[in-house]
This record gives sequence, structure tokens and C-alpha cells, in this order.
Amino acid sequence: MSKLEIHFELVGETCACLQARPERGLNYTTPDLDLQRKIWHLAQQLRQQYSCRDIVPGMNNLTVIFDPSQDEGELWLSRLRQHWNEAKATNFQQRRIVIPTHYGGDHGPDLQVVAEHAELSPHEVVRLHSEAHYTVYFLGFQPGFAYMGGLPQRLTCPRRAEPRLLVPAGSVGIGGSQTGIYPSQSPGGWQLIAWTSITLFDPSLAAPSLLMPGDLVRFSVESCDV
Amino acid sequence: MFESSPQIEVLQAGIQSTIQDLGRFGHRHLGICQAGALDVPALMLANTLLHNPVDAAGIEVSVGPFALRFRQTTWFALSGADFGGQLDGKPVAPGWRYQAHENQVLTLHGPRRECRAYLALEGGIDVPIILGARATDLQAHFGGMHGRALRKGDILSLFESGSLPTPSTKKIKSIGVQQRKWTPEIRAVVGPEFQQFSKKAQHDFWHHAWTVTNQSNRMGFRLQGNRLDRHSKQELFSHGVTPGMIQVPPNGQPIVLLADAQTTGGYPRIACVIEADLWKIAQTPIGKSFCFIRTELSTARELACQARRDLQLITQQLQRYA
Repeated sequence: MSKLEIHFELVGETCACLQARPERGLNYTTPDLDLQRKIWHLAQQLRQQYSCRDIVPGMNNLTVIFDPSQDEGELWLSRLRQHWNEAKATNFQQRRIVIPTHYGGDHGPDLQVVAEHAELSPHEVVRLHSEAHYTVYFLGFQPGFAYMGGLPQRLTCPRRAEPRLLVPAGSVGIGGSQTGIYPSQSPGGWQLIAWTSITLFDPSLAAPSLLMPGDLVRFSVESCDV
Repeated sequence: MFESSPQIEVLQAGIQSTIQDLGRFGHRHLGICQAGALDVPALMLANTLLHNPVDAAGIEVSVGPFALRFRQTTWFALSGADFGGQLDGKPVAPGWRYQAHENQVLTLHGPRRECRAYLALEGGIDVPIILGARATDLQAHFGGMHGRALRKGDILSLFESGSLPTPSTKKIKSIGVQQRKWTPEIRAVVGPEFQQFSKKAQHDFWHHAWTVTNQSNRMGFRLQGNRLDRHSKQELFSHGVTPGMIQVPPNGQPIVLLADAQTTGGYPRIACVIEADLWKIAQTPIGKSFCFIRTELSTARELACQARRDLQLITQQLQRYA
């Protein structure tokens, strides 16, 4: 892992960002989990102490969005710097969430594709996927959609060449080295291996998303059709 | 004893006419987009003309004809694009407020210039606040009218207002304010990945015209022009994105993000449209061209504050004509 430097900068007149960048000339392809823990902790702290439009953790970065006719960008940069210098990765308490999951058959039409790509049996794919612990790095793409890291390397699988026009809500998929669950019906290009009946997003709730950045997630096997 | 609230009935819905307010904030970390009016100052102005709160919900119309019937005597105001509006066949202009009587029909035919009209109604549209806003989130299917575009037959209730004169109390006067003028220059500040683009791309971005393609919608406007090449091949990690950011995907054709844009993205950000000019992007019709004008952050911020002061001034002046 190359050494990372933390940069603080304004993006447009509405965003103050903290971004990790590798030292000059070096490549950086795997996100740093300790750094991400600090980012989740920082997001929590900023949300408790200040008001602004939004605070969005990304992958090894954090964006504060403010109203330029009310707030000074430089003030936000100095707040970010100060809190970052005081933040500790260990201050973030992870929640643990278990997702009851139905693998294979109609629930996971691409299980065979993933198995063939990994040169494993479908049963081994299910075992590996359900034994692993996943971390929600950040949410995006659609409400409640969690980008989760921690997929066993063997299960890494490219996205479909042609995205599906309709992926059912609750579908569990693999996209590259990430796994995720589609909260609502939408188009999607990830390989679908399973499905859950659990509601991932409900806008009528005060906490509308089941999964939050920083959560630790495990899939439990409810059924397996291979 | 319940008083019935004023109502309007949608007679013709156009394509993707939606209920919008100033947008949904504070939930982007859950993947919930901003939504809200694409031309925010236009909706604010229309609401201000009616003494509504600036964040009252109104209707955004992009394709006409859109028509509605007033079920009670109600004030309304139009702003944004001129859609050749008519109240029972008599012309009504953007930037003005009017009083409609029971059973009168307002028709917005289609844009004569620019492309989005805003209709504010006295009191504002009474739809539930979901996650802090009334705006329609078309992709996540919530907010506004059951999370969808308006349809023929929809009945919308309005909040009681009472701050404007009623027929029995005063002689009714229409009133108007000057609308901003669209020009084909849109100001932007450089983005964090600007330096990763080739010298030619950096030059072309500011010095060549960009045309809005028909692949444009409330999420983003896709532009066409000289291909912008990036010399760095490094993939970026996903980061938070906001309306106004200009991303350049590998095909070299920029995309300007708008209110319905997803919350995170990973394409390089060559520049950001300034807040004060975001409405101009939203009001650029498909096929029309414009240029990006390089602006400093300090100017952008001053213009955002200026827009705020201008609206306050209009609000004060309108108080005299309650």
C-alpha cells in the first residue's frame, strides 16, 4: 500500500472535501479501511455539531455540501482539518446487521456464472459469500444502496456486458470486488446470486435506510437452490 | 367543522410535469438525491409573487400542453420559460401573478423560449413532507404526487393562504416583476481534476461551444462538442457529487449534473457550474449551444449572495402591494 496524503479542498462554491491521495506518482487501488473508519466518525461528529446541506462519505473521501450564500467554504475547510486531526478510527462503533438470504434458482439467476468464473461449485460460492463479513463503505446509486467491501477475492466477478433493464428489489449482486443489495427495482449490471425479502429502504421512516455507512453486514443462508 | 381547502384539477398533464419545491437536503449519505425545481430562482420568484414561503411546492412543466381547472377562486403566478400561457383563452405572462375564478382553465401550451415553466399557487400545493421536502423523487418514487409525474385527472389541494386580496375585499390587481434573461454564457469554476485533462482539452472546454443533446433529463444534461481527453488514466474512488458538477466520462463528452443526479460518482470533475447560473443550464433547450465562462470562486460566492439579496428586495417591494 502506498502512503496516502490527506487533501482538503473546495470543489465549486458549495463543497468542502477531504480526499485521500497517494504520494506523487504512486497508484492506489484498494481503499484504506482505517482511513474510512475515521471518515465515518468525522461524518457523525460534523452532523452533530454543525448544520449544512449534506455530509456525504465516499470511498476514502468526505464531501460537505453547504449553501454558498450562507456559509464560507474556508470555514468549512478549517472545521474539516481540525476535526480530522482530532479524529480516531477507533471512535467509530460499527453496527452488525444480518441479512436473511435466498441463494440461487430464480432468486439468483447469475449464481452459475459467478461459480464458473471462480471455478468453484455454486455451493462453494454460497458458502464463501455467506461466511464473509462485509463493510458498508458508503451509500449511493439509489436510496439505500450500500457499496460493500469484503468480498472474498475468489468471488470477484466482472459486471454483465449488458445491464438488466429490471433487477427486482432485494436482489443480492456482485459487481467487481463489491457486493450489494438493490433496495428497489431498477436497471442494474451486477451478477445476481441471491435475494432477500428484507426492506432496505422506506422513505416514510425517520431512518429510511436499513444499511448505513460503517455497518458490518453478514448474509445468512435461508435457502439455497442450486 | 372542516373547511374544504382550495383545489385544482389537472386536465392535461404534459410529459413529466412534477410537483417540486427547493429540494431534499440532509439525506445524500443515504443515497437520496436532492430533487426539487431545476430552476430554483424561478420557483422562488413565483412563490414570492404570491407571498408564499419560497419553499412552497409548485409545478414544474417541461413539455406542454399542460392544463388545469381551478375549483375555487385562487391566485397563481407563472415564471421561468414563456409557455404561451392562457387563462380561459386570455394570455398570462411569466413573472406575473393573476387571480383565477372557479372553473377557469389555465393552459400552458409549450415553450416559446427556454424550456421549463413554473406554476406557483396561492398557499402552495398540499402534499406530505417526506424526509424534509415535498419535491418529487421520480427514481425513488416518493414525494410530490405519490412519487410520480402528474396525470390527467389528478386533484391537487392547496394550503389556505389568505394573504392576498379576495374579490370581496379589494379591487384585484395583477402584478409582475422582471424575469432574468437567459444568455448562452454559463459561468463555471475549475474542478479538482481539471489539471488531469490534456492542454487541448483544457483550452477547448472554455473556448468551444457545447450543445445540449436529447440524452438530457432531470438527472443531468449531456453535452456534445470537442472530445475532452484526460491524460491521467487513474480511476477515481467514488465521491459525493452535487448539481452543477461537470463530469467527463471516458467518451470525452461532459455531463452537467442536475437536481435528480445520483449522490455519488467517480468520473473526473473538470469544472462546476456556479450556483447563480445553474438555472441557465436547466433552461437550455435540447439542441441549443452555449459556452462555459471561467469564473473565480470569490465571484461565484458573491453572485450567490447577490441572488439572495435580490430576492429579499423583491419580497420587500411586493409587501407594499399585498
